[in-house]
This record gives sequence, C-alpha cells and structure tokens, in this order.
Amino acid sequence: MASITRDDVEHVAHLARLHLTDDEIDRMQTQLSNILEAIETLRDVDTSHVGPTASVIQLENVMREDVATRPMPRDVTLANAPLRDDPFLRVPTVLEEGR
Amino acid sequence: MTPVLADRTITEVAALLRAGETSSRELTDACLARIERDGERLNTFLSTDADAARRAANEADAARTRGDDRPLLGIPYALKDIFVTRALDRDGRPLAGGFPTTAGSRILEGYRSPYPSAAQERLEAAGAILIGKTNCDEFAMGSSNENSAYGPVRNPWDETTVPGGSSGGSSAAVAGGQAFFALGTDTGGSIRQPASLTGTVGIKPTYGRVSRYGMIAFASSLDQAGPFTRSVRDAALVLGAISGHDPRDSTSVDRPVPDLAAALTGEVKGLRLGVPREYFVAGMEPGVEASVRAALDVMRDLGAEIVDVSLPSTDRGLATYYIIAPAEASANLARYDGVRYGVSAGADELWENYARTRGAGFGPEVKRRIMLGTYALSAGYYDAYYVKAQQVRTLIKDEFDAVLSTVDAILAPTSPNVAFKIGAKADDPLAMYLNDACTLPVNIAGLPGISVPCGLSGGLPVGLQVIGRAFDEATVLRVADVYERAAGFADLRPPTANA
Repeated sequence: MASITRDDVEHVAHLARLHLTDDEIDRMQTQLSNILEAIETLRDVDTSHVGPTASVIQLENVMREDVATRPMPRDVTLANAPLRDDPFLRVPTVLEEGR
Repeated sequence: MTPVLADRTITEVAALLRAGETSSRELTDACLARIERDGERLNTFLSTDADAARRAANEADAARTRGDDRPLLGIPYALKDIFVTRALDRDGRPLAGGFPTTAGSRILEGYRSPYPSAAQERLEAAGAILIGKTNCDEFAMGSSNENSAYGPVRNPWDETTVPGGSSGGSSAAVAGGQAFFALGTDTGGSIRQPASLTGTVGIKPTYGRVSRYGMIAFASSLDQAGPFTRSVRDAALVLGAISGHDPRDSTSVDRPVPDLAAALTGEVKGLRLGVPREYFVAGMEPGVEASVRAALDVMRDLGAEIVDVSLPSTDRGLATYYIIAPAEASANLARYDGVRYGVSAGADELWENYARTRGAGFGPEVKRRIMLGTYALSAGYYDAYYVKAQQVRTLIKDEFDAVLSTVDAILAPTSPNVAFKIGAKADDPLAMYLNDACTLPVNIAGLPGISVPCGLSGGLPVGLQVIGRAFDEATVLRVADVYERAAGFADLRPPTANA
C-alpha cells in the first residue's frame, strides 16, 4: 500500500530540484499516493522469467564518424540565455567564499 | 455537399492546384481567414505569421508555373509547438518569419531555436507552407489540452468540450479548416486520441520511423511524430514526406520507406483483422462501442476476416506507462534549469535558482510527472517500479507480437469516450489518464497505429483504431483507407466548417 508522507514529497522534490509551495506539497501527497496505488497493481504480475525492455528497437551503440564539425557559433549559443555576461553565461553564486 | 476550399483534403486541393483551378495563395488565405475568424476563440495557435505564409505561398505559386510539381508544394500546414523551428540567424539575432517554440510551457516562454527540427526541414524541402505553431499540453503531458500554460483549446465540434491532447491545437486546427494538415507527437495516444475526439485522421508511426531530432523530448523511448489530416490518403502522403532515417536521431531506424500512397490498394479481401476483447473496457461509452462494432461489420462485409484475439496484459498498460513515461520525463526535463535558455527565477544562489525556476516555470501536471518519475527512479524504488515496468513492457510487446503473427492488423476503439466538457476531469489525474487506455499499449510496444473517424455519438466524433506490425504502416493505412471509403464518414465536418 503506497502511502506517501509529507517528508517523502519534500525529499523527492529536493532530488528533482523542484520548489513546491505548502499547498502543492499537500496536493502532491494525496495525488501521488492515489497514482502509486494504481501503479502498484503491477506487483501481481509474474515477471520472474521476463527480461526488461528499455527500448523496442534493437539498436546498440550507434556511432558517428569521429570527425570534428563546426560547433554552433557562440552568439547563437548565448542568444537564449536569461543572464549573460559575454562571452559567458552568468549563473548565481555556486560556492561562497570560505565554504 | 462538397466542402468549401478550407475544409477539403490535401489530395483534392493538390488536384485543383495541378489543374490551375486554385493557387497556394488562395489556400493560404482560406486557412488564414479561418484562423482570423475562429483561432482566438478556439485557442488553436500559439503563434502564426500571416505575412510570411503569404510570401511563401506566392513563391510556391511561382515555382509551380516553372514546372515544380511536388505533392506538398504550396500546402499550408501547422506544427505542434513542441517541434523546434529555426528562429535565430547566424549571429544569434531573431530571424524574420521565425516562430518561437514553447512546448506549451511558461519555462520556455520566448525561446527562439537556433536550428530547425527534422520535421520542419523535411516539410520545408517538400514545399509545404508553415502557417503557425499549435497549442498543446505542456511538454505533451495531457489528454485534453487543458495543461497548456497558454490556456485550453476548444473543440470545433462543440466549443464547450476538449479537442483531446496532448496535440489538441493540431487536431482542432485540422478539424476546423485552419490548416490542411498538422503534425503532432504521440507518447501515449497524443495524436490518435485527439484525432478521435475531433473527427480527423491521426497516425502514430512505428517507433524509429520518423526522426525525433528537434522534437522536444517527453519520454524518449515512446515519443513519435505523425500527421493529422482529413483523409487517410492525406496521412499516407504526409507520413511519407517525414519518414526515413536521420543520423542525428540515434533511435531513428535505417529502413527503406515504401511508397505509402501506392499501398492504398482499396482491397481488404483475405486480410485477417484481430479484435482484442480487452479493448472494450469497462466504462466505455455505449455510443463509442456501438460505432466501433458497426465498423467491424463494415470490414467484414468488405471481405476481411474478423477474428477475436486476446491481449491479456492490456489492463497493465496504464500502470506500466505511468512509470516509464514519467521516469524518462524526469530525466529529460532536468535540462530546464534557467541557465542556458528559458526563464530564470533570479534567485541569488545556484541550487535555489534551479528549484525556484522549475517551481515557477512548470505547471501542475508536469510537476506531478517529474515527482512520480523521480520517485520511481530513486534509491530503494528503482527495481520495484522502474525495472518491474520494463519487464511488464516486455510482456505487453510479446503479446502484440504473438497476435500480429496470426493477424495482419488489429482493430480497436481509439478512445473509450467522445470529447468531454472542459474542466470535467481536470481535478482527477487518474480519470484523465484512463482516456489513453486503448492507445498507450501501442506506444509501449512501439507499433504503428491510426485513428480514423467511425461515426458520431451524441453528435461528437468517434475513432476506430487500426494497429499494425512494426514498420508496416502500409497495411495500417490500407485498412483505414478501405474503411474510410466504405463507411461514409469521410465528409464529416464540424459546425465551424463550410462557411
């Protein structure tokens, strides 16, 4: 029986780097519990002799020729960035001094 | 009654173009007039560019006078706003006539792609005219188009109902005469279910048949692109134009594409068509079941052998799908971090900025699926959920393969219901997910499937689904075409048509 706690929701939200409001956490707790209950019916299926299918097509290790190609020009790469400091992307503080 | 220009098929208007009885400009103006009249109310498009479309139409007409006779030359079409379209020049400046790409999400508001999707490239090379980008459920997650950050789409058949999803803008645009065809994407039914709910034809090809390059990813082992059209012959024409190997998509399969229009022989005598009993699910609307059963009689009368078959794991499809698809989505959507593109929340610490950006940029259904997928992949649950779902995936695929070794194709309902009221299922994710019970097993197995109109129930369209063997789109189209010609629903148009 899938019963998701508030802590579970907060833990998974942290793993997903997803900020949720208190209301969202409440709703998510109920909805995920309901969905997981429906999903857990799979436990009854006997799969002891069945291999997993990750992809329906039997392609493996599709390689391209090891040839250098011209990358996208820098101005094009940066064009959609919300914050830029040419010729770089700008991001918020990663490591504070002394940390 | 012969439909007016905007409501006719590609096949019909292409003949008129060849005979010099219409022009691409006239076709484009007919679509633009419909968009002008109904587009805002139905909320079908997220972006259009009438001037660019008219310019392209004039060029197509000029090319035709020089002897260019490509089948899609000068035909106006729409792309679901999940296909990226080139919108930047080589210096990174906005390109005139380029469309933004949003995937129906706030997180990509204003995004301008530096490169085109394979779909746009192929259709551009075929001479078709991109008239706009259609509304869709956010990141293609939904069955009603109510999950778009830009508002729901209304169904031209009854504007209080949904057009299906997630490719709801594409289905409504084709049903409503706003484009002669539109591309959608189908991860669990997102082409076939909206086709069913809007009385259009929609085909999801075999996984690997159409390049996913430039198609914003939802669940990479399930996603495929395909057309919405107003006839099966049109679907064959467009599918032929977008199919084929593309080295930029490593899951694109290098197999020759047959002449799909030539596969429409008009003949089903001697074909064995299986009807899986598990697809007539509890909770199916009686009017839908009656229409689909009547379609089986039509096929029997045409000389096909209709046989009862069983796909016992069908009722496991939903649970399997709602582990695999969210798991893949949670990984695919990790890229939306507010750094390289899209909106940023502007928090002053990196990790906090990721979480705030994603919390503000994603809508409720996308958050639900990211959470579900992250949970299923997290430590301690991976084997119980994700590996288990992949094992059941094998069972579902093996059952399809076994049945399809005894029959040439499978006939089934597309959706257990007709179009429902906007808002009716919005607060109940599980009820919404049940809409795709008859379509998502086909994605799990990677097979081709088409929805073709098979009548009305309570004045709203019903779809018949034809499912085939891997890479045998030819038989799927052939069966659907024979049915369409015999059944008398090919000229079904919504109340917005013929004016």
